[in-house]
Amino acid sequence: MILAVDTSIGSTAAVVDPDGVVLGHSESASPRGHAEVIGDLLVAALEDAGVSADEITHVATGMGPGPFTGLRIGIAAGRAFAVGRGIGVMPVVSHDAAALAHIERTDDGGAFAIVTDARRRENAVSVYRGLDAHGLPFRLSGPELHPQTADLAAILPSATVIVPTGTARPAAATGTASGALDAAASSPGATAEDSNAAEAPTSIIRAADLGRIAARTLAAGVAPAADEPLYLRSPDVTVGHVRKRVST
Amino acid sequence: MTEPTVADATASSGPLVLGIETSCDETGIGIVRGRSLLSNTIASSMDEHARFGGVVPEVAARAHLEALQPAIEHAVAEAGIRLRDLDAVAVTSGPGLAGALMIGVGAAKALAVSLGKPLYAVNHLVGHIAADILTEGTEPLEYPTIALLVSGGHTSLLHVRDLTTDVEMLGETIDDAAGEAFDKVARILGLPYPGGPQIDKAALDGDPDAIRFPRGLSRASDRDKHRWDFSFSGLKTSVARWIEQREAVDEPIPVADVAASFREAVVDVLVTKALDACEERGVPRLLLGGGVIANKRLRDVATRRATERGVTVRIPPLSLCTDNGAMIAGLAAELIASGRRPSTLAFGADSTLPVTEIHVAEAP
Ligand SMILES: [Zn+2]
Repeated sequence: MILAVDTSIGSTAAVVDPDGVVLGHSESASPRGHAEVIGDLLVAALEDAGVSADEITHVATGMGPGPFTGLRIGIAAGRAFAVGRGIGVMPVVSHDAAALAHIERTDDGGAFAIVTDARRRENAVSVYRGLDAHGLPFRLSGPELHPQTADLAAILPSATVIVPTGTARPAAATGTASGALDAAASSPGATAEDSNAAEAPTSIIRAADLGRIAARTLAAGVAPAADEPLYLRSPDVTVGHVRKRVST
Repeated sequence: MTEPTVADATASSGPLVLGIETSCDETGIGIVRGRSLLSNTIASSMDEHARFGGVVPEVAARAHLEALQPAIEHAVAEAGIRLRDLDAVAVTSGPGLAGALMIGVGAAKALAVSLGKPLYAVNHLVGHIAADILTEGTEPLEYPTIALLVSGGHTSLLHVRDLTTDVEMLGETIDDAAGEAFDKVARILGLPYPGGPQIDKAALDGDPDAIRFPRGLSRASDRDKHRWDFSFSGLKTSVARWIEQREAVDEPIPVADVAASFREAVVDVLVTKALDACEERGVPRLLLGGGVIANKRLRDVATRRATERGVTVRIPPLSLCTDNGAMIAGLAAELIASGRRPSTLAFGADSTLPVTEIHVAEAP
């Protein structure tokens, strides 16, 4: 039995069985307050599933990308839960969960990019196409950072559908390529043909999807993601050196 | 799910509690059984901050996340317990660096849920006072007591009437913490981080009376508004200005004298205000805590001047003075022993948690 937790956008927890069936799920879409809600969300997911903490055999943690302060709370919670139970942690790239949800929603086999807000006027971008033999989203590139002003249409392979997730508003969805967004919004089905069409943003990366990826990864016996947070950015500090004069 | 319950706190051995502390740059995991210390595991990210000359919150938060799991495992092994034997989990809710505190809060909640154990969210500053009760071979701390807590993150003067119910903030720093002042002046003198031990080393052959640096908020005009508050920012500027004036006329900098005189100004203002508080409140007891207590000059001056004024000084071992998880576990053990309910799971990290909130989000 897998407990999944992710705080890369909102805060969410889920219980998924080894066959990938979602037994329980909880979420808070708020981009803040991760530390406040995480405990109650864990309890709610377990209660929703009718599963006790003792029955959990694996913990899946969303490693991001996501704004650092919030992202870390889910990882810390996942690791601590695993220590408490004496079980292992399975790291999952959070964008993979959004990708799985997107594929199941559209199922057109085309390339698409999960785009999330990375703050500091940057987006985190991962490009996928379909599922691999194990049913896992096939990541072509990323996650990596791009300026929010960048025209993703020009950067990404042609015919890549842009999937804004969370609060992300990539330039391609609002700027010069906004015709594609409007087209997608007004006539469903236009996305497959239109280069870099964008779909309406989904609000959150869901732990249920994360848990299903963990279940498929376990079943396939393939290597999980690296057990390190996807900060994609060094701590923003400058080395103190030059002394400022105080005398006038 | 069944409601977790607290084991019988009146058992002679006391409740078995694991405490998590992540308010600054130390990941502390402590395990206590009542007032007995079983493990005081500390993973510090101090080295990672050295090149920045001070604690960088993002660096500290990243380090907490990586240190947490190994530190818990180390503490459990050292204490010779099993996590499922715990009676409760405890965590620092604040005050401290918000992003750093959140790591401990998130981890503590998940650990408590995974074990089905109650969780106690507590106040970091009051934790420093609780460190005293874990000190072996001493008489129990007597109340009331004045407490002076000095570190790189805080400088606070408290009136403690009861550890679990009644702590009053008399005053605190209005700008830099004393430890920060040591770091900044060390940098001015070209000395590495952390500044405390470096200033101490440099001051070894210095004359503490060579230069009269200002004692912050000690003028008669400060009495009304800032009787018990501290300020070290002006002192730091004063040191910098003094050095610049020497440099302007190509005079050599007497580093030993500057270090000794600066340290004396810090120590003097800390000890004077603490002992004045003892006198004014009629409390002949002073408890010292916080990482800066590692400074031998501060301990010596405090002890000498306290004795002169008939005040008893208590100083926990240095390993319990610096930020640690044992003091957090110890405070929770006292709360449990006095019959307090655990916290609900809905509390957060509060970077400015007032000292009056000793126990956060107690369940109704
Ligand atoms: Zn402290």
